[in-house]
Amino acid sequence: MTAILKHELKSHFHSLTAWVFGAFLLCFVGIGALQYNLNESVSNFEYVLGYCSIILAIIVPLLTMRTIAEERRQKTDQLIYSLPVTTTQVVLGKYLALLILFAIPLLIVCLYPLIFSQYGDVYLPTSYGAIGAFFLMGAALIALGVFISSLTENQGFAAGLGVAVMLANYYSVSLSEYVSRTTLGSGVALAVIAVLLCLLIRYMTKNVNLAYGAAVVLILGLSGVLYFKPELLEGLLPKIMEKLSFFERFYTFVDGVFDLTNVTFYLTAIVFFLFLSVQSLEKRRYN
Amino acid sequence: MIKVENLTKYYGDHLAVSGLSFEIGEGHVYGFLGPNGAGKSTTMNIMTGCLSATEGSVSIDGHDIFEDPKAAKKLIGYLPEQPPLYLGETPAEYLRFVGEAKGLRGEKLKSEIESAVEATGIESVRNRRIGTLSKGYRQRVGIAQALLGDPRVIILDEPTVGLDPIQILEIRELIRKLGRTHTVIFSSHILSEVQAICDRLLIIANGKLVAQGEPEALERELAGDNEILLTADTEAFEAAEILFAVQGLHALSVREEDGVTVFRLSAGSGNVYDLTRAVFRAFAENGVAILEMSVKKASLEDIFLELTEKDAPINSEGEVNDNDGDTEA
Repeated sequence: MTAILKHELKSHFHSLTAWVFGAFLLCFVGIGALQYNLNESVSNFEYVLGYCSIILAIIVPLLTMRTIAEERRQKTDQLIYSLPVTTTQVVLGKYLALLILFAIPLLIVCLYPLIFSQYGDVYLPTSYGAIGAFFLMGAALIALGVFISSLTENQGFAAGLGVAVMLANYYSVSLSEYVSRTTLGSGVALAVIAVLLCLLIRYMTKNVNLAYGAAVVLILGLSGVLYFKPELLEGLLPKIMEKLSFFERFYTFVDGVFDLTNVTFYLTAIVFFLFLSVQSLEKRRYN
Repeated sequence: MIKVENLTKYYGDHLAVSGLSFEIGEGHVYGFLGPNGAGKSTTMNIMTGCLSATEGSVSIDGHDIFEDPKAAKKLIGYLPEQPPLYLGETPAEYLRFVGEAKGLRGEKLKSEIESAVEATGIESVRNRRIGTLSKGYRQRVGIAQALLGDPRVIILDEPTVGLDPIQILEIRELIRKLGRTHTVIFSSHILSEVQAICDRLLIIANGKLVAQGEPEALERELAGDNEILLTADTEAFEAAEILFAVQGLHALSVREEDGVTVFRLSAGSGNVYDLTRAVFRAFAENGVAILEMSVKKASLEDIFLELTEKDAPINSEGEVNDNDGDTEA
């Protein structure tokens, strides 16, 4: 695993991705700090991170797009498969390399609250709590990006899909206000999502029976709920959209609450997407 | 050393390898021969753990490639059909990564890289970007990678495809050299190449093993009949009467033109020169001149063509089904 980790780090610094990613992140955090902390003399550094969080939806896919997609394109995945390392080690090595790349600019950012505290009252625990949460959210988004990269051999497609998914996640809370809160509306929307999910299962596993089976089970379950306990469905979709938002959870940290459920949510998301990435790599062996 | 049992692989509905079984002993150069789409790449990918099998098992020195992949993979060095190279790196960096991933560290890593570089002759390009190297050198870097970790078996998938004639000769020489210290398995669809390097042959067609053994033994066992082409300075009837006296011949075709008769004779698989000598004497005794006589010996080429074409699945358009493990999802 260390061999993969070292190799990944080297290749990220060789190609410009690591530098561009770090530069963008520092640039936006800098602009935020200039605006809030310096111009408006706000002493809360966490607001800056709240303001900057959207930038992750753009730069994380740029960082993760080539991780696995590029191996496929240049057929080096064959080498990786034939080496005496497990797929889990490969994914973990790649993921840890990305985490290190993400941590480096954040370590620089860690100096900012200290600098500001020289010139006024900065409440450091919330500042560092928010930086820690920012790292966790980024780590979860990177795991999502790695998974998306494992789906294709086209880097551009991986980046595009990543940005789309992460922006959708960012705006899901504001979008959820426009989503129907009625029972029937929720039911129909969830049915559509269930069908899309089953199409994805079919695309990924190439197993038609499994996909149709899942679709039938989900839709029957949904109709059952709609028939017997319709009140459950009321406002369900907007609620789900809010719960699944990585960014909405981050704002609780910005508001000064270090919420362990949210930490658990991020950790679960990381494990979940890394697990899917391993499966996606393994699947190619079984095509 | 390697034991493949009842290996079967489906890509969706397409049967690429069907019930393949063979054993590979230590210390020979094995040629894996078959036309395009025979299932060579698929078999090699399965043997090296890059691909799963639908059925069957592969064990390398007692380690099952699916149950105990780490131990099994340590015994194998593999060069896939398309050399898996990071074009932005130099051979030195690339070999370092592969060596580390194979678990080599420190002095051992250094000395193994040195000996692989030396064995493949890439000393002069070790600090150039792989992307700028010629195809022959890239192939060598790929082979160097396979040599790291001191594997006992080296598997090369079509290592000479796409190279120019000089590069082909160089790579063949390299394989021959490797064969002295390792068990080497390499695939090819070119018979002469396999004949030139291998001391063991596995012929595969349509995912099935159709023949195996030493090239000379195969030639002896499976060879078809030798042929004699004969032009005699007489009419067909008289020439046939003369030939009738010679034992062990039978005519495949007879053609008479301008008072000259051309025979195509089947001469069995025995010593063909005994027969030509007898034919010569028979004609000489009868005072008939032989204008032309030539011998066509049965060769491995014929066996190969016969074995691999016999049951090729030909689809309705008359094209041979071509699918060499590249079926991509």
